[in-house]
Amino acid sequence: MKQLKENIRSSFSRVPLLGWLFGALIAVWLEHLAGDPLAAALGLPKIPVLFGCVIMLKKPVLIPAAVIYVLLIYALPVAAVARLSASFANRLAARMLNLPIFFSVAIHLGLLYAVLHMWSEMSAYRVITLKLTLIAVMLTLSLNIINGYMGEFSCSHPGFMALGAYAASAFTVALFVEDKLFGQALLPSALGPFMFPLALIAGGMVAALGALAIAIPSFRTRGDYLAIISLAFMFIVKSMIENLEVVGGPRGLSSQPDWANLPTVFGWTVACVWIINNFVRSTLGKALNAVRDEETAANAMTVDTRRTKIIAFLFAAFWAGVAGGLFAHVLRYVNPATFGIQKLAEVLAMVYFGGLNSVYGSIVGAVSLSLLGEALRPLEILKWLIIPLLLILVMIFRPTGLVAFKEFNVKNLVKPRQRRKE
Amino acid sequence: MPLLRVEKMSLDFGGLRAVNSYDLEIEPGQVRGLIGPNGAGKTTVFNLITGVYRPTEGNIIFDGKKITGLQPHRIASFGLGRTFQNLRLWRHMTVLEHVKLAQYSKISYGLIGAFFGTSGRRREEAAIEDKAYSLLELMGIDHLADQVALNLPYGAQRRVEMARALATEPKILFLDEPTAGMNPEELAQMMAIIRRIHAEFGLAILLIEHRLKMVMELCEIVQTLVFGEVIAEGTPDEIQNDPKVIEAYLGTEALH
Repeated sequence: MKQLKENIRSSFSRVPLLGWLFGALIAVWLEHLAGDPLAAALGLPKIPVLFGCVIMLKKPVLIPAAVIYVLLIYALPVAAVARLSASFANRLAARMLNLPIFFSVAIHLGLLYAVLHMWSEMSAYRVITLKLTLIAVMLTLSLNIINGYMGEFSCSHPGFMALGAYAASAFTVALFVEDKLFGQALLPSALGPFMFPLALIAGGMVAALGALAIAIPSFRTRGDYLAIISLAFMFIVKSMIENLEVVGGPRGLSSQPDWANLPTVFGWTVACVWIINNFVRSTLGKALNAVRDEETAANAMTVDTRRTKIIAFLFAAFWAGVAGGLFAHVLRYVNPATFGIQKLAEVLAMVYFGGLNSVYGSIVGAVSLSLLGEALRPLEILKWLIIPLLLILVMIFRPTGLVAFKEFNVKNLVKPRQRRKE
Repeated sequence: MPLLRVEKMSLDFGGLRAVNSYDLEIEPGQVRGLIGPNGAGKTTVFNLITGVYRPTEGNIIFDGKKITGLQPHRIASFGLGRTFQNLRLWRHMTVLEHVKLAQYSKISYGLIGAFFGTSGRRREEAAIEDKAYSLLELMGIDHLADQVALNLPYGAQRRVEMARALATEPKILFLDEPTAGMNPEELAQMMAIIRRIHAEFGLAILLIEHRLKMVMELCEIVQTLVFGEVIAEGTPDEIQNDPKVIEAYLGTEALH
C-alpha cells in the first residue's frame, strides 16, 4: 500500500505545470461535451457548479452521484492527461525556457485563461464567483504588502476599496452613462472600454491619496498607531459616502457599464500579481522586510525607512482601489454598507490564512476562502462557525499562515520537472 | 582636517545628563578606541553621532558637513557605517540579502524599475550582488550566502553584520563591542578581520570594547568614558597607567 502511494507520488512529481494545465483544459472541454448528459444520467438536477460541494451539502442523498461526476469529469481526466503528457510537456517546457521567459509565461497564462474561461462558461454563477475570487486575490495580495511584508497592521483596506469603487464608478457613470445622478453621458460609449483602465487607475489614485492621509501621521513611529488610525479611516470613508448624496448616499450607486468581463478582471489580476511580485523581490522591496524585522538597523544601513513605509502603503492602497473599481463594475452596483467591518474581516482572514510575506500565500488564501465561502453557503449560519474554526486551526499549527515566507519565482513555476533522485 | 569632529556634544535624558561635553577628532584611517565601564554611555555616544538620538547641545561635523540632527539613514549614506552590540540582523532575510540591502542608497532604478523589472534594474541588482559576494568572500562567509542569517552560529553572524556595515561604503566604521560573547579563538579571528578591513579599505575605525587587551593592540588613541564624561585620553600605554582609569575599572583599592 505504502509502496503504491510512493509510486503514484513519484510518477506525478514529474508533471510540470504545463502538464497540469493540459489536463485541466481537457477536463473542462469534457464537461462542455458530456457535462449535461452525465449529470442527467447520474440523477443530478444540473451540472454541479462548484465541484459538487453545494449539491452535497444541500442534498446528502446525491453525494455518491456528485462524487462520481467530479471523478469522471475532473479528477480522472486531469490525472490521466497530466501523467500521459508529462514527458511531452517537459520537453515543451524545456524548449520554451530557451526563449525569453516572457514567452513561456504568456503560454502558461493563456492556457490558464482558456481553462478558466471554458469552466466558467457553463454557468453565470461560475463567472461571478470567479471574478470575485480574482478580485479577492488582488485585495489580499495588496494587504499582504502592509501586514505581511512590512509587518504593520492596517485595517483600512475596505476604505481604500470603497474609494476606488466610487471614484471609478463616478468616472464611468458620469462620462458614459445617462444617469439621474450625473445627467447626460458626456462621451460616446464606444470609447468606453478603452477608457476603463483609466477609470480603474483613477480609482487607485484616489485610494492612494486617501492612504497618504493615514501614512503621514502614523509612520512617524512604529506600534499600534497605524491599526487605530486606519480603522478610524475605514469608518470615516464609510460614513462620508453615506452622507454624500451626489453618489447616492446609503442607497448606493448603480448602473455602472458592463465592462468588467472575465478577460479584463483576469488581466488586471495578472498585472497586479506581476507588479507586486516584482516590487517585493527587488532590493527596494526587501527594505520593507528590513523595516519590519529591525528598523534601527535598516536606518543605519542607509534605508530611508519612513519613505519606504509610505510608498509601500500608498502602493498597497492603489491596488485595493483598483480592485474596488473592478468590484463595482462586476456587481454593477455598490453601496457603502459593503465596505464595513465584515469586508475587513474577510480580507484579513485571507491574508493570515494564506500566509504572510508570500505571493503564493495570498493567492492560496484568497482562492481557498472565497471558494470555501461559496461552497459552504448551504450551511447558512454554520458557515460562520466553520471558517473561523479553520482559521484558528491554521493559527495554532502554522502561526504565519499556510505558505508564508516563500518567494514566488516564476521561473521555477514554469520549468520542466526532473525525475526525483533517490 | 579631521574626518570626523565632535564638539562639546551633550545629551540629557530628562534630568539625567547621559553624555557631557564629549569631544572627538578622528583623522582618516585612524583607529581609535572608546572604553569605559558598563553604563558609561559608550553606545549612547555612537547613537548620538549616527543620528539615532539628537544631541541636546554640541556639533558633529563629518567630512566637512554638519550632520547634527540629520536622519540616521542620511548620516549613514554620507559614509558613517556602524555595527550593533546586539547584532540586529533581519530575522527573515538571507545573508546575501543583508549585504545587498545595505547598498540601498546606491540604487538608482527607482520605483519604475522596482515595479516593472526593467533592464536597468537587472543590471544594478547584478552589480550590487557582485559587490555583496566580494564582501562575503572577504569575510570568509560567501558559502553561506543563501542561508537565513539568524540560523548561523554567532561568529558567522558577526561577520554578516560586518559585511553589511561595509556594504554601505563607510569612510569611518563604528564597531560596538564586536567581540562581545566570543571565545578566545573567535576573538583572534575577529581581530584579524578588523585589521584586514582597516588595511584593505583604509577606513577610520572607532571601536567600543570591554576587553582592554584588544583595544591596546588595535588602537592608536583611546578615550575612557565614565558617567558620560571623558576622564582620560591618550595612547594605550598612557591609558593603561592612568590612575583615574585604573580607579574606574578596578576601584580605588587597586591603587594602594
